[in-house]
Amino acid sequence: MIRVVRWALLLAFAVYFFIPLLAMLDFSTRKIGGAGRTLDAWKALGQDSQLTHAIGASLALAVCTVVLMLVLLLPTMIWVRIRLPKMTRVIEFLCLLPLTIPALVIVVGISGVYAWVNYFFGYSPIVLTFAYVVLVLPYSYRALDASLSSIDVITLAEAARSLGAGWYSVIVRVIVPNVWPGVLSAAFISVALVLGEYTFASLLGNYNTLPVAIALFGKSSGTISVAASLASMLFAAVLLLGLSFFGGRRRMSKGTSS
Amino acid sequence: MNTGTPVQLVDLERSYGGVRALDGLTLDISPGEMVVLLGPSGCGKTTALRILAGLEQANSGQVRVGGADLTNTSANKRDMGMVFQAYSLFPHLTVAENVAFGLKLHGRSLAVRTKRAQEMLELVGLVQQGDRYPVQLSGGQQQRVALARALAIEPAVLLLDEPLSALDAKVRVQLRDEIRRIQLEVGTTTLFVTHDQEEALAVADRVGVMNAGRLEQIATPTELYSSPATPFVAEFVGLSNRLPAAVDGDVAVVMGNRIPALPGSARAGVALVRPESVRLVADKLGAATVTTIAFLGALSRVTCTLDDGTTVLGQLGSSDAIALTLGDRVRLDLATTPVLVVPAA
Amino acid sequence: MATARGGGVLLRRRLAPALGLVPFLAYLLIFLVIPTVVVLAGAFQEKGSFSLTNIDALKEAASRTALGKSVLLSGSTAVIGAVLGAVLAWLVIGARPTSLLRRAVVSLSGVFAQMGGVSLAFAWIATIGYSGAVTNFFRSHLGIDLWGNGWLYALPGLILVYCYFQIPLMVIVFLPALEGIRPQWQEAAVTLGASKWQYFSQVLVPLLRPAFLGCTLLLFANAFAAYATAAALVSQGSPIVPLMIRQALTSEVVLGRQHLAYALALEMVVVVVVVMVLYGLLIRRSAKWLR
Repeated sequence: MIRVVRWALLLAFAVYFFIPLLAMLDFSTRKIGGAGRTLDAWKALGQDSQLTHAIGASLALAVCTVVLMLVLLLPTMIWVRIRLPKMTRVIEFLCLLPLTIPALVIVVGISGVYAWVNYFFGYSPIVLTFAYVVLVLPYSYRALDASLSSIDVITLAEAARSLGAGWYSVIVRVIVPNVWPGVLSAAFISVALVLGEYTFASLLGNYNTLPVAIALFGKSSGTISVAASLASMLFAAVLLLGLSFFGGRRRMSKGTSS
Repeated sequence: MNTGTPVQLVDLERSYGGVRALDGLTLDISPGEMVVLLGPSGCGKTTALRILAGLEQANSGQVRVGGADLTNTSANKRDMGMVFQAYSLFPHLTVAENVAFGLKLHGRSLAVRTKRAQEMLELVGLVQQGDRYPVQLSGGQQQRVALARALAIEPAVLLLDEPLSALDAKVRVQLRDEIRRIQLEVGTTTLFVTHDQEEALAVADRVGVMNAGRLEQIATPTELYSSPATPFVAEFVGLSNRLPAAVDGDVAVVMGNRIPALPGSARAGVALVRPESVRLVADKLGAATVTTIAFLGALSRVTCTLDDGTTVLGQLGSSDAIALTLGDRVRLDLATTPVLVVPAA
Repeated sequence: MATARGGGVLLRRRLAPALGLVPFLAYLLIFLVIPTVVVLAGAFQEKGSFSLTNIDALKEAASRTALGKSVLLSGSTAVIGAVLGAVLAWLVIGARPTSLLRRAVVSLSGVFAQMGGVSLAFAWIATIGYSGAVTNFFRSHLGIDLWGNGWLYALPGLILVYCYFQIPLMVIVFLPALEGIRPQWQEAAVTLGASKWQYFSQVLVPLLRPAFLGCTLLLFANAFAAYATAAALVSQGSPIVPLMIRQALTSEVVLGRQHLAYALALEMVVVVVVVMVLYGLLIRRSAKWLR
């Protein structure tokens, strides 16, 4: 009885969540003003110059955000664990702060700061990196924190120091290799967030990123927008599903060794 | 306070996808008795306990408590108190509320529950902690509360599923003695499952040694130790030397010593000799050399090697062991405690 | 002299580790703290001097309607999302962590909850928009007009579409609480005489209540702060606070109201902060239990 209810409910959820995806597939392959199917909208993803630029910009932004986030956050978190444990709460609070301050609010207040950013770095979409690092901070912090908590950072650092390693070696050669799962999951989540980010990109100066382009095309060609939306969702889904398999394997191998 | 209820497990069988966890287990527990099931992990002891609790179903066989057949009774109607390995307290309830939980389910009034919870906490020595939450207690205290909670409903049977294995060594010894004291006080029929032989021997009226889903032997702790019925029991309970032996009638000949052989001994093979049955005497003409001496407090354990390479472990009073030094030649005498002879593997 | 130098060394040894935090703190100062302070201060300014003009504007009918609709939208989707998300999480927790079902649900939830935005809006336009697949199907096969008067682009539509990311968010934030439930608790309750219903009502419900309420608040804050989906779906008018901020930022400045966006943003911060503080309190309580 309970089994039947379980599967019936799962089926209901599946319908609610998959019908829009199937509808997108249907919508994006329609021939305008006629019957039959066409892949024109999907081809446009690789041909339309505005779209390809937008896709390129979004991917570049994703990479830059991940790199800057790691460079800024990981050494800081390791440093806090080793030398400044009293600051743990403060850093955690700061990192989780963007969950409490909506992106829209930051957008409203950041225009002055971005006047300087544009002055130094120009108007390429890449400048959004600075804001996106703040945006992904809470999620990255949680992923890295979970990984750092699973190893004994202080003992590892002391062992390496006693063998003559400097702080740079301790962080880069000893600790980072041991927190790869956390680094990877922080990176994946950041990529997914950046690829979908619309608030900053549209309101800070209409930078041509993928979500902005999707919204723009929506006003002229719905099919292209829908195709691009579905593509970016599928891309993110594959990314996160892959991450779950990687993470699962790590956890399992850890379980057998202990 | 409780006259105790007899428990019978009759020919229980249980397999998990081809693996036999229980292979015809039959066990009688007398009213008020504490039986400990002892065995390595995967021997089926926990399965037996969970089937008695009703948390798992046997493929075949019968569970009888107080003469009534409970085989098909659901777990919540079996009237059993169970203590789990760890972390079984409800974290959102205080200690006193945890203890009173079962009474609440049974529809007792608040006044009765409060009074009974108080009594139970007195019994386990935690009256002061009644208003705390489980996370505020140590592991040992949590297990005391779990015991109080299980006993609060005055169950027909008390079930203890490795209740001490998550605790520190010192707390473990302390709490195990206390569990026994409380069990004797309330007189509830008890099944206790553990993989720790010392624990089993210390608290049980009778110990049942299990292996591969079967009961190898069930006997009082002293009988189990001095007269193991099978090689498995002899090896699993206590330490044993394996010394070549031949059997002549009911006498085993081990290294020239004539010792009574236990029933069930093989014709020839190795005798399983306890370390405390080995006497080591310093003797320049002795056949063995002392290789290690481990000081354990009042007792010491001495290993020596025979000239053919066999190592023998002896246990003696530390005052006697002082006379020995590494490299000494010693003579080995065996006490006339009966031994079990098993085929040499 | 010697003590002074010793003091200097001591000071340096204490300060040196703190220097390691400078880049991180400086970054957050520039890109998080300054923008926030600008908003908070800007809300109380007009033409460079202190003024309550913009705060007063929040009391006007249009602002109050927008706030009311935002609360309605966030509240309804938080409750629907929390209930349905908890049910879905419960369905998933029955499967092993390594099972494909669990992985797929968790990963897809991540996609819908965290990267959705604009894409989700177009997903629903393609489904029940004017020429959406489901709309077409109903129109041609069942003779039912799903489109109505374009309800998808008004509050009812927003509620439906927001649930599409609220339910998955609930799955993600509520799963850890469900994972904290130990099988021993059920077994202990059962051996003490609890029926299935008693275990549910006397153990599970009180145990999960703080986490459930906390997650509901988180969903509320999430919906309240969300912008992209609504922005892509609703191109004209500003039924909710985030869209009003868009209007204030992008349209020609209403005379004497340069800082209306700041005031609206302040309003948003106040609501979200209050909700998140309550969330923190509730979660801390259940985290203590479920350690």
